[in-house]
Amino acid sequence: MVLQKGQPPPGWPFCVFRVVSVASMSIGLSIRNNVAALAVRAVNRLSRLVGRGSGTVAGGRVGLRIAPDLLTSLAHGRSNILVSGTNGKTTTTSMIAVGWGELVITNSTGSNMPPGHVAALVTSTSSRVVLEVDEAWLPHVLAATSPRVVVLLNLSRDQLDRASEVRQLAERWRRAFTNGSIRDLVVVANANDPLVVYAAENAHDVRWCDVPTTWLADAVSCPKCTTALVYEGVHWHCRCGFAKPLMASTRSDENLVIEEEHVTLNLSLPGDFNRGNAAMALTALGVLGVNVAQAAIRIGSLSSVAGRFSLRRWNGHALRLLLAKNPAGFEALLTTVPSDGADVWIAINARIADGRDPSWLYDVPFEKLRGHRVFCFGDRRLDLAARLDYAQVEYEIVNDESKVAASSMPIQLIANYTAFSDWLERTAP
Amino acid sequence: MKIAVLFPELLGTYGDGGNGLVLCERARRRGFEVALVHATLHDDVPDADLYLLGGGEDGPQRLAADLLRRASLVSRVEDGARVLAVCAGLQILGTSFSIDGDDEYGGLGLVDATTRRGPKRSVGELAVRIGNRVLVGFENHGGVTTLHGGVAALGSVVKGRGNDGALDGFETDSVWATYAHGPVLAMNPWFADLILSAVLGEQLEPLASAADLLYDERLAAFGL
Repeated sequence: MVLQKGQPPPGWPFCVFRVVSVASMSIGLSIRNNVAALAVRAVNRLSRLVGRGSGTVAGGRVGLRIAPDLLTSLAHGRSNILVSGTNGKTTTTSMIAVGWGELVITNSTGSNMPPGHVAALVTSTSSRVVLEVDEAWLPHVLAATSPRVVVLLNLSRDQLDRASEVRQLAERWRRAFTNGSIRDLVVVANANDPLVVYAAENAHDVRWCDVPTTWLADAVSCPKCTTALVYEGVHWHCRCGFAKPLMASTRSDENLVIEEEHVTLNLSLPGDFNRGNAAMALTALGVLGVNVAQAAIRIGSLSSVAGRFSLRRWNGHALRLLLAKNPAGFEALLTTVPSDGADVWIAINARIADGRDPSWLYDVPFEKLRGHRVFCFGDRRLDLAARLDYAQVEYEIVNDESKVAASSMPIQLIANYTAFSDWLERTAP
Repeated sequence: MKIAVLFPELLGTYGDGGNGLVLCERARRRGFEVALVHATLHDDVPDADLYLLGGGEDGPQRLAADLLRRASLVSRVEDGARVLAVCAGLQILGTSFSIDGDDEYGGLGLVDATTRRGPKRSVGELAVRIGNRVLVGFENHGGVTTLHGGVAALGSVVKGRGNDGALDGFETDSVWATYAHGPVLAMNPWFADLILSAVLGEQLEPLASAADLLYDERLAAFGL
């Protein structure tokens, strides 16, 4: 099972039960679930007060311990959208939340396992819910929340030391969608990712989206029969009959067509991959009858997501913070680095939440950074430096961060998970 | 010298393609001519002095075993080629492996070694003593490999599990095999040079690189 990103403070929250009053209970929940929901709120408030993290995991864990079916009862009767996949979950979830309009509940802090989901749901009784879901937890959360729409973005290698190998994940998703008896569920899925197509093809109602997917190294052989898949231009197929499905939504550059409706994407967020995320977000909103053109305008104004893509200041530097956790994400971000030879900062950790094995650095095409000077930060800066050395990219190992000379131009800082959190914390808007 | 990375799409899940890059750069920086080719599963397996096999998932591993059987990797090795195999690549070189459920799948039989599914996955840091040196890396596999008929292990496990908790990999005159990712040759420049030296048939001058700093730091992190 996937490790939790935070550990609950042991034992201490149980004093809060005394403050429960019947008057504040939500209608439609059992008494046990009401107690659990109140506990989630109380623990999270307390945990924010004492400064332990952003206060979403601890309370959720306590609530789920009191009422194991808390997620099911909290999600009941709402319009739930789930978003899962290796890359783009947080951004796409944010796009759906912004595009949907007012009063949308979401787990915006990125706590994407059930404790984070219940923590988000106890904050409001609004009927509009969009939740980012960890890939390994998707079958569980799917069964618990009976969503109207599930968005499946992509599947590629990520943190192989703690997560499942990607094909096992695809297999588990496939079983969940094949056996699933959720009424009216619509799956919005990436038609260009064979592993996603394999996972979703047996779902009752699928809207396939044609979004560019550059990383296909994990889908070279057919997920059904292991023969080599044949890629021809924008199509792919296998001799066993497994092939790219017919699309409901297609996108090229900023032009998106959903069913037969044309929408123009003018995003503040950089990168072609974000236009792909927007295409899938809008397709999901279209399923729920949201005006897609207006939603596209709202999504276009989104300029940063949980600190990602934001411009921050630190020690006289202006830094554009970018998050990349795996080869596919890194490859996508490297395309946004301007070819002006400017310095690039990269920070790599290999803590539990990052995956403790940084060998994936050799799957990232760092050769694209030739002509730039790369400053190596983070716990595993030497792994990065060795990789860059072999890629013939100029590098500097930064052992003392206070000694990096300030620069006048904004610098792109690409960091993986915990390194990104460190930099978000130490920098200011 | 010609180095061929075989089926990186099938056997390259853990960055093992980096082993080819490391060998190539370390040879070039010393002035040797090197050709590095990546043979995909659509290509014919080229002639080469050294073949590199990496780690992979269960389905692709079986496909790779079939392709290597068809490409007669065993007779290429008998004709003088050498092989560095990591993880799934190691399992393929043996006589059989059972990874997915209990169905045994035929390996190439280049080395008398069998792999069965272990009770739990081996995931974590791996350190292996080879002579007076230590090889460091990261392992991530579900197999337990048993060596038969006097096959020599690559080394003895100092930290982690390797083949069976005591030994890691195997070594013959023409084959090196280990469970260590990292990629193993990026983390262990001395081991990269040992292989280069064997393939080139000459002693090599020392070569300073960022990898030396990485290796020292890893040893220290392991408490070695």
